[in-house]
Amino acid sequence: MTDTAAANAVDYLLKRHRFRPSEALPWVLAVAAFFVFPDYMALGTQVLIAIIFALSLDLILGYAGIVTLGHAAYFGVGAYAAGMLSAHGGWNEPLTGLVFAGACAAIVGFLSGWVLLRYHGLTLLMLTLAVAILMQEMANAAEIWTGGFDGLTGITIDPILGMFDNDLWGHHYYWYSLAVLALMFYVTRRIVYSPFGQALVGIRENVGRMHAIGSPVHRRLVTVYTISAAMAGVAGGLFAQLNAFVTLDVLDFARSGAVMIMIILGGTGRLYGAFVGATVFTILEDELAKISPEFWEFGVGLVLVLTVMFVQGGLLGLWDKVSSRWIKRSA
Amino acid sequence: MQDPSAMPALQITGLNKNFGALQVARDINLALRPGARHALIGPNGAGKTTFVNLITGALPPTSGSVKLYGEDITGLTQAQRAQRGIARTFQINQLFRGVSVLENVCLSIAERTGDCNALWRPAGTGRAVIDEAVHLLDRVRLTEDALKKVSELPYGRQRLVEIAIALGQDPKVLLLDEPAAGVPSAESHIILDVVDSLAEDIAVLIIEHDMDVVFRFAKEITVLVSGGILTAGTPDEIAADERVREVYLGGSHHG
Repeated sequence: MTDTAAANAVDYLLKRHRFRPSEALPWVLAVAAFFVFPDYMALGTQVLIAIIFALSLDLILGYAGIVTLGHAAYFGVGAYAAGMLSAHGGWNEPLTGLVFAGACAAIVGFLSGWVLLRYHGLTLLMLTLAVAILMQEMANAAEIWTGGFDGLTGITIDPILGMFDNDLWGHHYYWYSLAVLALMFYVTRRIVYSPFGQALVGIRENVGRMHAIGSPVHRRLVTVYTISAAMAGVAGGLFAQLNAFVTLDVLDFARSGAVMIMIILGGTGRLYGAFVGATVFTILEDELAKISPEFWEFGVGLVLVLTVMFVQGGLLGLWDKVSSRWIKRSA
Repeated sequence: MQDPSAMPALQITGLNKNFGALQVARDINLALRPGARHALIGPNGAGKTTFVNLITGALPPTSGSVKLYGEDITGLTQAQRAQRGIARTFQINQLFRGVSVLENVCLSIAERTGDCNALWRPAGTGRAVIDEAVHLLDRVRLTEDALKKVSELPYGRQRLVEIAIALGQDPKVLLLDEPAAGVPSAESHIILDVVDSLAEDIAVLIIEHDMDVVFRFAKEITVLVSGGILTAGTPDEIAADERVREVYLGGSHHG
């Protein structure tokens, strides 16, 4: 009896990181969406970028428990970096542009994270907010470089791999964004299932005990924060390349808030919460804006309130509850 | 060179801690030899947990030094001291409640071995860590609960996880802060059996209120009162000491 329990336990850990068949679902849906809704690919690309951004937040919020209201800082740095590389640097190749966007955001993430991750709770929350506001003010002030309030123009992006330009229907950028998302997802998934990822969960669950067992907590947090910032920067870079235009709202508090809502809506600390949350949020935003351009935020707010009040763990948490009840009944 | 077997595992010299005018540790001297079974007793508010916090580095001392096998660790952080082999359990559970018992222990082991620095390799490929964790759970009789979330366990079994995490650190010095606190006496014997079966080379300091446990377990006892050491000695000496009796039974230091 004890031996089987031990064997089961070992078996669980040995197999936990393996891909499950159900994990193919979001990718099948993303490909299917291309063929079913070919006219909605512009929206589809927005959804994919939002998922990358939300995924980057899930890594720090859902896994390491870092609550931030300023994650747009890194999205914005990535967007401006990719934009300025083309507008001022004359470098128009998109893939290296994304790498550059990610690298710039990583540097800002590392430096800001080094300082602010020494704090926690409300202080940390305010500092993350302050970093984003600071970045936005800097972007506004550095008008020569960023275009300030009028936005950054003059971005021209070469065709992807020299072949696929940003076509009128957004088809090429949909596949481009999906490929970037797949890569970002793979990286996130590796990290989450690694021993380092387990340490992040430990920090989320009980940071005091982590200190007591000898974990270099600050180093772990700065590491994951930098990776997360890089991913957010890639999302921002993609956004800039897609629109060939960057305005100050890439750094806006509303964007930090929106990505937070997405991940809470979908479910934190579960990888696929970002997929569900970002998709539902972006489509809902789009549909509600069509119905009522002035009051769409009310609808989004209502959905969030209902989710937080009645469903712990977001929409995926709800799905877990419903499906486990169904399995119990059929068993 | 000193003979390493004669060198104390833990040597605390002239340790003081003040919070403003409040003196919570007063000139504490204490040495644990390798394999020590040492009990720290004293009335509530005597500063026992504070003393543990000073040893682990959770609190910085105002003055004095802490040495681990001759190495001065007074200036090190809590995490650095833990990496060098000082482990503790908490009077109030400090666990990773949302994950399984097995993962709680794996985490402690993997932080010790440095596995947690790996961010690209699946945790499931760290077979040595997993095997050690399973072995450890067997020792503390938690195998049946290995895959249960800690938050789903009854309190008494959570206390065992508390000890298992500390043992995962493979400690040289283990500080047990009331390991059986809050556990019904019908179940506390499981915890005390685990404490009794600790490896002989670990130096153990146990804070305990239950005198039966203290006299069963400890070879030496130190009595702490108002932040300072009242007396120290063998269980027989302490049992015979009038001042100790007064502290426990007399007027001024109730409950």
